[in-house]
Amino acid sequence: MPSLKDLKNRIESVKSTRKITKAMQMVAAAKLRRAQDAAEMARPYAERFNAVMAKLAASVGDSESAPKLLRGTGSDQTHLLVVMTAERGLCGGFNGNIAKLARAEIEKLKAAGKTVKVITVGKKGRDALKRDHSDLFVDHVDMSDVRNVGYADAQAVAANILDRFEAEEFDVAKIFFSRFENVVSQIPTMQQVIPADVGGDEQAQDDGAFYDFEPGEDEILRELLPRAVATAIFSGLLENGASEQGARMSAMDNATRNAGEMIDKLTIEYNRSRQAVITNELIEIISGAEAL
Amino acid sequence: MADTVQFDLVSPERLLASVEAREVQIPGAEGDMTALPDHAPLITTLRPGVVTVTGAEGTQSYVVTGGFAEINPESISVLAERAIPREEVTQEHFDEMIREANSRLEKAQDAYKNEPGPVDEAAKLLADMVAMGDEIGLATTSRAAAP
Repeated sequence: MPSLKDLKNRIESVKSTRKITKAMQMVAAAKLRRAQDAAEMARPYAERFNAVMAKLAASVGDSESAPKLLRGTGSDQTHLLVVMTAERGLCGGFNGNIAKLARAEIEKLKAAGKTVKVITVGKKGRDALKRDHSDLFVDHVDMSDVRNVGYADAQAVAANILDRFEAEEFDVAKIFFSRFENVVSQIPTMQQVIPADVGGDEQAQDDGAFYDFEPGEDEILRELLPRAVATAIFSGLLENGASEQGARMSAMDNATRNAGEMIDKLTIEYNRSRQAVITNELIEIISGAEAL
Repeated sequence: MADTVQFDLVSPERLLASVEAREVQIPGAEGDMTALPDHAPLITTLRPGVVTVTGAEGTQSYVVTGGFAEINPESISVLAERAIPREEVTQEHFDEMIREANSRLEKAQDAYKNEPGPVDEAAKLLADMVAMGDEIGLATTSRAAAP
């Protein structure tokens, strides 16, 4: 049985832990709002961009002249996985879930006899994948100096990937990030960026407008496809930012609540043992008096 | 015929403008154009330049680089990689853009020694930037050494 002094020390230590987790939760809440705003502001661009891409892709189709970024290299032997995670931990299952999805994909591709290469963005994903798959790493992008993700950051990552594609280092590229649903649910997501996966072809044909293209469709596509990669990465990074803060907020909320419960339990134990000590002393005094 | 058209200017980071416009001047890749309401559907890439919107509340200009414009009879969207209201463009912004164009030109010169295509493209980008600087009255301080 712990002594009164020990109990008191433990209560104090849990109390200071609670203060820290509470502070982290509030910081995450403030950051979450900013990250969510940023993600929302970026949405119109991404939506319109994808709509135009779908129109263009529909009109160019699978013709021989279509750029490689759209059509693919004709093989799918080498896969490049871009795993985007946070720079910091203490955010619940956020990093772990992304890494788990990436790991499952790596296993699947390996089992199918494909070559896999991995680029990690953010330290935590690298740490999580290091043990089993460090031989697959080809590059790492450090985001620890980036406070607010800007388009330039996404462009840098995209340029890195595109250079490798030009050098024919891989055939298919996929990005991994966590889609922000709400504070309690973030969904790890895999998205193919090369060759471009332009959905919504039917929707593009529905609106029936026949566009003029200036210069030609091919030239526009050639110019837009690299941007599509940057745009996809940018929205991935923003979603990730919001998800990270959301995950941290709920994780810290849980931690704060657990600390509170622990303090209650320890306080009861402390009071009980104090009462026991008092009772003991009384018994000693009384039996001492009776003996006289 | 409607006398205004919905105009949106978006950059990756935010929506800069969303107004009813009477006319929009766009620096298209193959020449400047002015789009009026009920324009035929058109998609064009942009060269670095100035987008000017004339609406009910007067005229607004934005400096844009890279991207494209989608024109419909009832809406015009300009998606620019970088867009800054003209009055907020400083020498620093401009120098930065010139520097970027310069480095792209140098890279193209290194990578494609025997193919003039990409080098010419990069040179044109730089020339467009410089022309845009002249248009908005900013001097080019770090001009490229001629190849």
